[in-house]
Amino acid sequence: MEMAASKPMTKIATAPAAAPRRERLGRWRVPLSIAVLCVLPWLLPSKALAVNVLIYGLYAMGYNLLFGYTGLLSFGHAALFGTGAYVTGIAIGQFGTNWFLGMLAGVIAAGLMAAAMGALSTRTRGIYFAMVTLALAQLVYYVALQASSWTGGENGLRGFTVSKVGIGPLSVDFLNPIVKYYVVLAFVALAIWTLSRILNSPFGGVVEAIRENETRAKACGYDVVRTRLLAFVLSGLFCGLAGTLSALHLAIVPLDSLGYMMSGQAVMMTMLGGVGTFFGPFIGALAFLVMEDVLSLWTAHWQLFLGAIFVALVLYMPKGIWGTGLVWFERWRGR
Amino acid sequence: MDLQLISLQLFSGIALGAILIMLALGLSIIFGILGVVNFAHGSFFMVGAYAGVFFLGYTGNFWWALLLAPLVVGVLGLGVERLLIRPLYGRPVDDPILLTFGLSYVLVEGVRILFGTDGVPFDTPAALRGVTNIGIGYFPTYRLFVIGVVAVVLVALWLVLEKTKVGLIVRAGARDPQIMRVLGVDIQKLWLVVFGIGIGLAALGGVLAAPMRTVNPEMGNFVLSEAFVVTVIGGMGSLLGSVVAGLLVGIVVNMTSLVAPEMATIAMFAFMALVLLVRPHGLFGKPGFGT
Repeated sequence: MEMAASKPMTKIATAPAAAPRRERLGRWRVPLSIAVLCVLPWLLPSKALAVNVLIYGLYAMGYNLLFGYTGLLSFGHAALFGTGAYVTGIAIGQFGTNWFLGMLAGVIAAGLMAAAMGALSTRTRGIYFAMVTLALAQLVYYVALQASSWTGGENGLRGFTVSKVGIGPLSVDFLNPIVKYYVVLAFVALAIWTLSRILNSPFGGVVEAIRENETRAKACGYDVVRTRLLAFVLSGLFCGLAGTLSALHLAIVPLDSLGYMMSGQAVMMTMLGGVGTFFGPFIGALAFLVMEDVLSLWTAHWQLFLGAIFVALVLYMPKGIWGTGLVWFERWRGR
Repeated sequence: MDLQLISLQLFSGIALGAILIMLALGLSIIFGILGVVNFAHGSFFMVGAYAGVFFLGYTGNFWWALLLAPLVVGVLGLGVERLLIRPLYGRPVDDPILLTFGLSYVLVEGVRILFGTDGVPFDTPAALRGVTNIGIGYFPTYRLFVIGVVAVVLVALWLVLEKTKVGLIVRAGARDPQIMRVLGVDIQKLWLVVFGIGIGLAALGGVLAAPMRTVNPEMGNFVLSEAFVVTVIGGMGSLLGSVVAGLLVGIVVNMTSLVAPEMATIAMFAFMALVLLVRPHGLFGKPGFGT
């Protein structure tokens, strides 16, 4: 695992001197993002939008671990988000567990789902991966549709409202929007810190090495398939947590949370913010949700504009908002 | 009696497979020659079905609709290649996937604006209604017609690819575009035409499928994953693979629906998972192709 550092070394010879500044920002990235998220509800028009930014930001962040850092374009992450949401809802509503055990069950189930999907899809290479993950997610969607006695089928899963959240005697009112926001933020903050640790670990180095040059990573002795599978599972745990939080937040799991569009949203948000950047997914989720809010007020056909904006993004700004901002910032600093 | 039911269901599977072949073939040709995975392929199938609805209403004649819809949508495909796909050559392989994914939103919403969000009916043409005796029993005439059209298209495509100079250039271009350029072949024009043909095939599938399923703006989403299942099973870039896998998937779906109707769709994906376990590059794909 120490060999992980060998990949950047070849790059340092040509890397711009801006690297240390990036690193300084990098050291503060966890407290910085948590600080911004702490004041977010007061910057946005509604508290519900702020909770959605947290949940979808986490979803896109988990997705970015696979797409941005590992370089695998998945079109099936709804299966992971949805599994987390459904299993939490079923555990609380049908097995009567408390909220925390329900969450735990949801996250573990999403991890197992990711392991199964990853085991099949990481066997394939390149563009096959996008197609196979899409097909596997559709499989999960149809299973959920058919198993309506468990999932509620087309009507979605209902009947598991969580009104109080707490440990032992200490509990808070989960129906209060602002309390809800900070409870969700506690989990999201934990996830942000964990992801930062993963990216800084030797494993994070190997993952990026494989993305940059698979053949060389293989020659260095790394097990490419196993590393990709592990990245898939980790990504699934984050996305599953996002799904779990969404189930608690909405107190309903719509069937669409397993759908093709849900998978597409992870892709869009990540692209919009900046693929392979730490802050990108949250910025992308924020931009996406605000855009959806504004456009859908203005026209019923807002998806037309969403699609057109995305096409333009791929053509003219593939680095996304944050990624392009970073490039401009470094150019402005005179390098 | 039971055997008769099974053989009729088998034949029905071939009709379903025929539509899937149209889709998978276009997807596979475009990928094999341009190296682009078209995520808007299902949407072009849907646009094809709606173009069929439009021309049927305009001309009142099914045959004109069958001819005009693929042509017009194919021309739309030419425009898409020229304006949107061409700037992406030389960029990472994921970029065309992302772009066509965004394009599918535009196409679906555009159809919703033009034709409304509800499904529209598409009547089976009068001459093709009813059933025909095919020896083993009575079979819907329209489905026979679909199998016939697809067979004709397949033979025509095969003849063009194998026996004509254009086909020779296409096959050579798929193998080594660099050398083709050196030899003075306008490879950009070739790619443009191939993309248009692939889209036209998807649109033809859409018109042919229209009387058999409901025509609605979302019909492309599901069909896209079906087409992916077929190409993954057959092997990306292999035309023979598309044909064999299309028929196999059609038969698997219809045979399962005979035993357990609610499992039919799930069986299709399970079949793909099985193929992936045994042959990750598909039945007819070459290992390592598509990276």
